[in-house]
Amino acid sequence: MEVDMSSVTLDRDEVVRLAALATGDEKHDASSYSTLDALLVLYGRVLRHEPSNPGWAGRDRFILSKGHGPAAFYAVLAWRGYFPESWMSGFVRAGGRLGGHPDRLLVPGVEASTGSLGHGLPLAIGVALSLRAQGGDEDPRRVFVLTGDAELNEGSNWEAIMLAPQLGLGNLTLLVIDNASSSIRLRPIEHKLAAFGWDAVSVDGRDHEQLHDALSRPGAAPTAVVAVVEETG
Amino acid sequence: MSAMRAQAADTVCELFEDDPSVAVVLAEISVDRFAPAFRHDPRRAVNVGIMEQTMVGVAAGFAMEGFHPVVHTITPFVAERALEQLKLDFGNQELGGLVITVGASYDYGTDGTTHHSPGDVQALLTIPAARVLVPGHADEVDALVRAVYDGDRLTYLRTQERGNARARQVEFGQLLVERRGSRGTVIAVGPMLDRVLEAADGLDVTVLYATTLAPFDAATLRAELAGAHVITVEPTWQGTLTATVSQALEGIPVGLASIGVPRQVLRDYGSADEHDRALRLDAAGIGAQLRRLLA
Repeated sequence: MEVDMSSVTLDRDEVVRLAALATGDEKHDASSYSTLDALLVLYGRVLRHEPSNPGWAGRDRFILSKGHGPAAFYAVLAWRGYFPESWMSGFVRAGGRLGGHPDRLLVPGVEASTGSLGHGLPLAIGVALSLRAQGGDEDPRRVFVLTGDAELNEGSNWEAIMLAPQLGLGNLTLLVIDNASSSIRLRPIEHKLAAFGWDAVSVDGRDHEQLHDALSRPGAAPTAVVAVVEETG
Repeated sequence: MSAMRAQAADTVCELFEDDPSVAVVLAEISVDRFAPAFRHDPRRAVNVGIMEQTMVGVAAGFAMEGFHPVVHTITPFVAERALEQLKLDFGNQELGGLVITVGASYDYGTDGTTHHSPGDVQALLTIPAARVLVPGHADEVDALVRAVYDGDRLTYLRTQERGNARARQVEFGQLLVERRGSRGTVIAVGPMLDRVLEAADGLDVTVLYATTLAPFDAATLRAELAGAHVITVEPTWQGTLTATVSQALEGIPVGLASIGVPRQVLRDYGSADEHDRALRLDAAGIGAQLRRLLA
């Protein structure tokens, strides 16, 4: 059944523990994953979904475009019950389902197979158009896509960034995890997105209240949330 | 506008109006020709602008939600420029979608190398389970599009300006027997058929007609094999089908050869007919090559 989000406690320590099971990292390393808090808030507070029924037609869609470093993503899915905790120790192992980049055909709850950068946003536009074609402008289902700041170097993203506001996709939200890993200076990313017509804001990517408020905003234009986290070395 | 291209658009628009699960995603090319679809339901007919990577990605997004997407543009700009999107967004995700291209292999003869695409079929054959169709007549385009549009695999269909004078009763996945002989087997691919028949006049060879290159009809080839030579005549790079035919004939000792576009940068201009003559892919050139190979 659909999750009642008000009853979910954002158990960050539990997700960190699960992520560490996958990678063998110390917990303080797992705790620093750039996507961890945004995914925690999305899967605990924002997405309408049914972990016991990953294909529920009424779900919100989430696409991890930045397929790299997916341990935090897998940990959040395991935390919500998409698959058993025992899968985590098979991370990137032969015969395991949890690869170095997620595969929709292997992992319940994974919407799109990604890994090569710059594919998620065009896919998400197609999904958002599909939901609107099926349910019209009032369809409550939303589409979220997560990219990294360095991933935005890929030109295919900017094709899609130009396109989405033209299509008026208010059901689409782009979440950019900005850990200053891009060699090409892009900051402030929200200004560039706004120039193309996105309703874009920047938040502290570790602050759950800010993330929740920004990710919950309805929009006539597609919305974008730039979640700034500490720089990685 | 070529007959095959026009037919492809007409057939897709008919399917679009009859089947609400069809989506059309264009990248500026042929938007006018698909106007009936845009009029019928603009929510599932989209022109993304000149963005071929995004065209393919958006189409795959439609497929993720159960739609049967069709994309269309000039051959190299989807088959080669957006090959990774075809490979990953459709192939790796095991999603169905139909790619219809216009202008293969050098129909835009006056535009030069950038608009040529003799490598498209070979590129698509690298994607596991992708289906590759090369019809030779507008009526065959209609039949094949209807047969495959709602399939669950990536399907690539290339159209050319110049085809065969008469359509055959083609079926998806089947080689047709055009004539039978005893000294060799010639496989004519799509628009090459008329030229092959003219070239093979007076030669004692079997001629098979191929419009589905993948999956390849190995059973018919093995059953109809005549003589010790198997020669493909292809509108694409020479040898595009050689690996496919070799696999189909595993264990059978035959000599394989291919007549196709020589693997060189095509730096000349002029009409597609002029390219054919220069590359020895007109009937006379094919005839001379066949006689040499069968000697």
